[in-house]
Amino acid sequence: MPDTVMARPADARGAPAFVRAEGLSRYFDVSPPLLNRLLEGKPRQILRAVDGIDFAIGKGETFSLVGESGCGKSTVARLMVGLYRASRGTVEFDGHDFGRMTSRRAMAPIRSRIQMIFQDPYASLNPRWRVREIIAEPIRAYKLLSGDQAINARVDELLRQVRLTPADGVKFPHEFSGGQRQRISIARALASNPEFLVCDEPTSALDVSVQAQILNLMKDLQRELGLTYLFISHNLAVVYHISDRVGVMYLGRLAEVAPARTLFRQPRHPYTRMLLDTIPDMDMTGRQRTPVAGEVPSPINPPSGCSFHPRCPFANDRCKTERPNPIQQGDALIACHGVEEGRVPDGPIGTAQAA
Amino acid sequence: MQNAPLLRVEDLKVEFPTRRGRLVAVDGVSFDIAPGEVLGVVGESGAGKSMTGSAIIGLLEPPGRIAGGSISLDGRRIDNLPYEEMRKIRGKHIGAIFQDPLTSLNPLYSVGKQLVETIETHSDLSPTQARERALALLREVGIPAPERRIDQYPHQFSGGMRQRVVIALALCANPRLIVADEPTTALDVSIQAQIIALLKRLCREHGTAVMLVTHDMGVIAETADRVAVMYAGRVAEIGPVRDVIKNPKHPYTVGLMGSIPRIGRDEERLTQIEGSMPRLTEIPTGCAFNPRCPLVFDRCLRDRPDLIDVGPFHRVSCWKYAEGVGHA
Repeated sequence: MPDTVMARPADARGAPAFVRAEGLSRYFDVSPPLLNRLLEGKPRQILRAVDGIDFAIGKGETFSLVGESGCGKSTVARLMVGLYRASRGTVEFDGHDFGRMTSRRAMAPIRSRIQMIFQDPYASLNPRWRVREIIAEPIRAYKLLSGDQAINARVDELLRQVRLTPADGVKFPHEFSGGQRQRISIARALASNPEFLVCDEPTSALDVSVQAQILNLMKDLQRELGLTYLFISHNLAVVYHISDRVGVMYLGRLAEVAPARTLFRQPRHPYTRMLLDTIPDMDMTGRQRTPVAGEVPSPINPPSGCSFHPRCPFANDRCKTERPNPIQQGDALIACHGVEEGRVPDGPIGTAQAA
Repeated sequence: MQNAPLLRVEDLKVEFPTRRGRLVAVDGVSFDIAPGEVLGVVGESGAGKSMTGSAIIGLLEPPGRIAGGSISLDGRRIDNLPYEEMRKIRGKHIGAIFQDPLTSLNPLYSVGKQLVETIETHSDLSPTQARERALALLREVGIPAPERRIDQYPHQFSGGMRQRVVIALALCANPRLIVADEPTTALDVSIQAQIIALLKRLCREHGTAVMLVTHDMGVIAETADRVAVMYAGRVAEIGPVRDVIKNPKHPYTVGLMGSIPRIGRDEERLTQIEGSMPRLTEIPTGCAFNPRCPLVFDRCLRDRPDLIDVGPFHRVSCWKYAEGVGHA
């Protein structure tokens, strides 16, 4: 590992970063067609799906990104596996910056070490292939093993690793339930011996009892294989359960990054606190939820300054004009002028309006 | 629970005739809902919860059909009515809210036109009065600037606002019962909280009974007075929401509650119910949960359990609680 990476700690514990994003941005051009722009004088429009975010993940760690739809978390997932190229900033994996690598050849040495699990286990498996072929594909593509016998033995091992049986290999995806299909996706992702897995809402399409099976499996595999996870989800309870550290995203930016326990026990950023307030109270403590007012604005024309200011009860003029930078507060990084200036009181936010 | 029930479902059975035989999607389901009460119906995909809801509003998709039992609204049977008569009851007495607000709204008509049309169908208000009522409804469900929004089309609304419009549509004729099938599943968490608060408020203010179908225990905990847990087309457990969540009795409910990750509870592993719910073609004899049940004994494989009282209003279909087997 190069010194530059070693020198910068990933988190408060001082572990070196294994994966790092710096100033990572991804813009999409959503302008009207050229002719409309010329004839109707419509302007260019740039959607800033991810707008300058920094985070680092230590080896063997689970880092999660949470946020509502349109906050850019899935775009980050795609950037982290190289499915999108970064518009700005860098993505480092084990010392290689691949955020803007353009050729397949440049990507090749790290490609097999990063894999992704998608949300929809119905759409991400080829329905015409047998499970055995689906799982063997990465092995053949990266030429990791040669000879059918060796490949078959490896596929059997992978099937067992995800708690399926080698006999399941001859079946087609439609013969499996959603949870079993997600197991097949995981087996395929593991086939190339990856070190870093990006999981984009892996359990969101599953029933809770099946979700529990998959989450347990993911934790077991992490322990057995020393995997590093980037976990994307909108479900805060799932994120609490699986993560070491959590980043809260809002409109393409990180509002707060903190260890999971800290974030959920003592959320600091007004958006994090608002988000935590929306979680249904399963323990029936009779806590009155304050429903959050307003909705996420369009990322095409995000509000100026801090993009959360129109929904924030603590916003002042500075918040409306100046974009806050993440500031270290204890073991958390918080991008909020109010927290920095100490004008955001602790305790629940009581000013939100009823629905 | 104290009042006379508004909706009574008794031994409801829904079947699908297929080439490979009849599939029973809902098998002997009974419950009732009192005015002003929210009954949550929870279960995993394929448990039959949506099918029960569709049967009540008379919108089962053929070849699905009610094969037994009865549904009565205010003492009047509604499961065997001719289509036209049921159509009048649906809308006037029963409102429906579905998961995807976009499919419940006609994209070609403005929101106002759809509301006014529904109001005029179910009342004898003049067009001007109907529009006034539509505006009042939009205001009631929390749509800002309804005067401006009423003439806009569904695509001009956000997901959360669309669901509010659907709720306004369901309320048009002041229904006695609302069947809400996964009303918040397609929405973001912050919007979900708003919609739940809205449903609760409307139910309280109008005394409307609500059947809330969802897979999300959190939503049930927030909203419902009582909850029915469904498994493989049957009611596994039914009771006051606090009892069922805090002190579940059926082994399936126990497993289900343990499998939900919770904030603040530091557990290395979640409780896991092995296997998955049986397909409709492969429902085992006896108790449908027996292949996955950690407490299974010989009677579970042989006889199907009925709902047994385990507390005030709390009933469980599990042989473990039957007389003479030994209470746990």
